Amino acid sequence: MDWSTLDFGPFLLSFKLAGVTTAILFIIALPISWWLSQTKTRYKPVIEAVVSLPIVLPPSVLGFYVLFALSQNSPVGAFFEDHFGIKLVFNFTGLVVASCFYSFPFMVQPLQSGFENLNRHMIEASYVAGKSKLNTLLNVALPNIKPALLSGLIITFAHTVGEFGVVLMVGGSIPGETKVASVAIYEMVEVMDYRSAHLYSAMMLLISFSVLLGVYLFNRQHKRHLGWRDD
Amino acid sequence: MIEIAVRKALIGSNGPMKLNVSLEIAEKSFVTLAGESGSGKTTLLRILAGLEKAEGTITVSGKKWLAGPRSLPTQKREIGFVFQDYALFDNMTILNNLLFVNKEKALADHLLDLTQLSEMKNRYPGTLSGGQKQRVALCRALMNRPKILLMDEPLSALDPAMRSKLQHDILKLHREFGTTTLMISHDPSEIYHLADRVILLDHGEIQNDGAPKEVLLHVKGSQKFSLTGELLEIIQADVIHIAIIAIGQQIVEVVLDEAESRLFKAGDTIEVSTKAFAPTISKAKDKVQR
Repeated sequence: MDWSTLDFGPFLLSFKLAGVTTAILFIIALPISWWLSQTKTRYKPVIEAVVSLPIVLPPSVLGFYVLFALSQNSPVGAFFEDHFGIKLVFNFTGLVVASCFYSFPFMVQPLQSGFENLNRHMIEASYVAGKSKLNTLLNVALPNIKPALLSGLIITFAHTVGEFGVVLMVGGSIPGETKVASVAIYEMVEVMDYRSAHLYSAMMLLISFSVLLGVYLFNRQHKRHLGWRDD
Repeated sequence: MIEIAVRKALIGSNGPMKLNVSLEIAEKSFVTLAGESGSGKTTLLRILAGLEKAEGTITVSGKKWLAGPRSLPTQKREIGFVFQDYALFDNMTILNNLLFVNKEKALADHLLDLTQLSEMKNRYPGTLSGGQKQRVALCRALMNRPKILLMDEPLSALDPAMRSKLQHDILKLHREFGTTTLMISHDPSEIYHLADRVILLDHGEIQNDGAPKEVLLHVKGSQKFSLTGELLEIIQADVIHIAIIAIGQQIVEVVLDEAESRLFKAGDTIEVSTKAFAPTISKAKDKVQR
C-alpha cells in the first residue's frame, strides 16, 4: 500500500479544530454548568432547553443559522469584519465558532450532571471552612467530578471530530482551511476513490475507539484509586 | 452569648409548618437539639451555619450574623459543621482534608493524634470505615478553631461501641477547643453523657428546654420509673399473658391479664411504668423469739 499519496491534512485539521473547540468550550461551559447545577431560578428549564438545542437540531439547520448570523450581511458578521478585520465564514475561525455552538451541550451536560450528583454537603463543608465559591469550584467540585469532566472533554472532542453538516455549511471544503476528515471522506466517495475512503474511515474508527476505551479505562482506575467499590 | 430568634416556613414531612425558635445559648456550653424527625432541628442548625435563609436575628458575641435581610455569609461565620454523612473531600487525603481548611500542620497533627488517626493520614476517605470518617469530619470541623461547632447527628450511623468511644472524643475536643457546641441527637444516653442542656423541638417550636436529667426523665405524677418501648408480641401462657417489649437495645417481659392483653397489639408504642414497689413481708426473727 502506498501511504505517501495519502494526505493527512484533513485529519490534522479535524484534530486541530476539535482541540481548539474543546479548550474554548471548557472555559465557557465550566461557569455555566456550575451555575446551572447550583441555581434555583425558575427559568432554569428554559436555559437548559436552549443549551440542549444543538443536540436535536439537524446540523444543516444549525449550520444555516450560524452561516446566516456570521456572514458579512448580518450585524454580527459585519461588526467583526469592520472592527477586527475577521471574516467568520468559510475559514477556520468560522469553523471554530460554529463547532462551539454545535458541541456546546456535549460539554455542559456532563459537567452539570457531575456537579449535580456531587454531595451537596461536600460543597457546603468547603463554604463552612471559609472557602470562596471559586476556590470550592476549583479545589473541591472539579476534582471530584473527574470522570464527568473527562467525559465532557472527550465527548466534545470526539463530537467535533465527527461533525459534518455544520462544517460543510459554514466552512465549505477549502483544503488546509476548512476541509476536515469527514468532509474529505464524503468527497472521496463522491469521486469514487473508495480505497482512500476506506483508509480514512478505518483510521477514524480506530482512533475513535481508542479514545473511548481510554476514557472508560481511566474512569475505572479513578474509582479504584479513591477506594470506591467497583460495581 | 449566642442569641437566636429565627422564623422560617418549611415543608416538613407532615406538610407545611413554621419554624419559630427563640433562645439564648451560653458560650462554651454543650447543647443538644432533640425531637422527632421533621421537627426542624437540621434546619435550625443550617440556619445558624448560614446554609439556609431565614427571617429574624442571630447575634453571636455581639456580632450580627443575621439581621433582617442582611446575612453574614457562611464563609465568615467561623463555625465548624459535622454533617450526618461526613461529607469528606474524596479527592484529598485525610491530612489534606484538614489542611484544606487551614494550613496549620501542627494543629492537624495534634487533632489526628488525639483521635488516633495519625497512621491513616495519607489515605483517601473512600478507604476508611464509618467511625474513622466521622473522626476525620470532626477534626476537619475543628481546624479553623470554630466559635461554634454544629453537629448533625454525628454518631447516628455508628454501632454502640464506636459511639461511646467517639462521645468521649467529642467531649475531649469540645473542652480543649472551648467551642460552643450544638449537636443534634436522638440517643438519650448520648445526650446525658455530653450535654449541659437539651432543647426539645416539636413541629418547629421549642417544647422543652432544660438540663438532660429534667428533660429526659419521663415520669409523671407518682410514677417511679417510666420507659417507652415497642410491643413485639403477646404470648398466652395458661391463664396469664406475657407481653414481649423492646426498650432501647433490650427485650423485657411484662405479665398482663386477660383484659389488658386485649387492649394492645404488636407494633404499638407503649409506656412501661410502675407507681410503687410491692412491699415484701418476711418474719422478723428476733421478735418471734422474744
